[in-house]
Amino acid sequence: MNRFDYVRANSVADAIAALAGSPNSKFLAGGTNLVDLMKYDVARPSRIVDINRLPLKEINETVAGGLRIGALATNSDVAWNPQVAKRYPLLSSAILAGASAQLRNAATTGGNLLQRTRCYYFYDSSTHCNKRLPGSGCGAIGGVNRIHAILGSSDACIAVHPSDMCVALAALDAEVEVEGPKGKRLIPFALFHRLPDQTPEQDNTLELGELITAVVLPAGDFGPHHTYIKIRDRLSYAFALISVAAALKTEDGIISEVRLAMGGVAHKPWRDRALEEVLRGKPPTEANFAGFARDFLRKAQGRGQNDFKIELGRRTIVRALMQAARGTPQNQSDKVVR
Amino acid sequence: MSNSTAALTIPIVLTINGTRHELSLPPWVTLLDLLRERLHLSGAKKGCDQGQCGACTVLIDGHRINSCLVLAVSRDGAEITTIEGLANAGELHPLQAAFIEHDAFQCGYCTPGQICSAVGLLHEAHAGSRQEIREQMSGNICRCGAYTNIADAIQEVLEGGAVSREAAE
Repeated sequence: MNRFDYVRANSVADAIAALAGSPNSKFLAGGTNLVDLMKYDVARPSRIVDINRLPLKEINETVAGGLRIGALATNSDVAWNPQVAKRYPLLSSAILAGASAQLRNAATTGGNLLQRTRCYYFYDSSTHCNKRLPGSGCGAIGGVNRIHAILGSSDACIAVHPSDMCVALAALDAEVEVEGPKGKRLIPFALFHRLPDQTPEQDNTLELGELITAVVLPAGDFGPHHTYIKIRDRLSYAFALISVAAALKTEDGIISEVRLAMGGVAHKPWRDRALEEVLRGKPPTEANFAGFARDFLRKAQGRGQNDFKIELGRRTIVRALMQAARGTPQNQSDKVVR
Repeated sequence: MSNSTAALTIPIVLTINGTRHELSLPPWVTLLDLLRERLHLSGAKKGCDQGQCGACTVLIDGHRINSCLVLAVSRDGAEITTIEGLANAGELHPLQAAFIEHDAFQCGYCTPGQICSAVGLLHEAHAGSRQEIREQMSGNICRCGAYTNIADAIQEVLEGGAVSREAAE
């Protein structure tokens, strides 16, 4: 680990000021990803601004009938929060599908959004990686790419965003509340993470010096008609090859609203709102879901070792939409996907 | 105001297994290295040193956490419990006794982390079934493969010692 200056911030303004004076600084919250990356010399901050004392741990009702989740609420705090579990069980389920109990006890909401890819080449500083070292090339293209992107990648980067929580937040139309040198703003979740294009070193649309202060969930309740299905190489404690967050509403046997986000396939959680509109007004049948799945992945591109993700993705979408339609969400302790 | 410092060491206070420690540490020292290298509490193990194996699990303010990924200075004021702090006046913690009773280890390297993690699991109170125990213990890897007996030991303590090994499987 490189040597660095350490600053403990006692207010949000304090934290933003401490970072502004030092462009190679990093905010430290739970540290579960940043400290790991520092051990690998992938992250080499000159200054660490410790934000753990900031008053950003609370989970509160919003005036609009939603929930505001403080950026420092841990993944465990959120997953087991009674309001989240009752009104946004899709979010609880996705969080509990990720990492381990120990990591969820330390990892924070803001940090989960900011975690870096687990691409092997990004982590290994002896290899080429445009995300780690812009302009150095991409080892994964033509290399070992079983876990890599099939949607939205570029010739510079085929890494995927590793989060489970973010897939649910994308489906739930969350917003990200940030504060920076220029003030506060709300970023719609779909615009928070970005595609790699030619600048894969940028994972998201945060501006220099901005701090995530909260994630805001809009009002809305899908009852039992939701699910999070995560397909991985072992039954627990592994990153997704494919994951799907789905939620829908029906009226008189017709789909009136449907949301579907996919993880493990792109540089950001993947949604296709135009296709969701097409599914509205149709009955929730396996055939309609199969059509949706086919169209959802129509532009998918395998890179060799990850070609299997395209068919796996289609099947996971159908299974997830069937579970959501039946109102039988996947239990993350039950390893059988029905 | 922030406590900015270019100094190489940061003063912190940690209560570890009930004992107050006033420490002055470089900010890059992890909690695991502090425990093992500076305080000679070598129960928590450095397995992978990247949060994947769980051998370094300790309890921070009652929550199980991978100590290898924690910068010690970021937990100023915390109460830490390690495997060395679980027994009470020479009497084993029920989980320690259950691990022995159920032969829940072979080489023993992962055991301190397994037991601290299981203490955290009981405290969280989100596990009821065998399936839930296994899922919620998935952050602790055992290369010897003692998982069945580890789950037996935890299930027995969870259910108040009423479960026999046969019934557990």
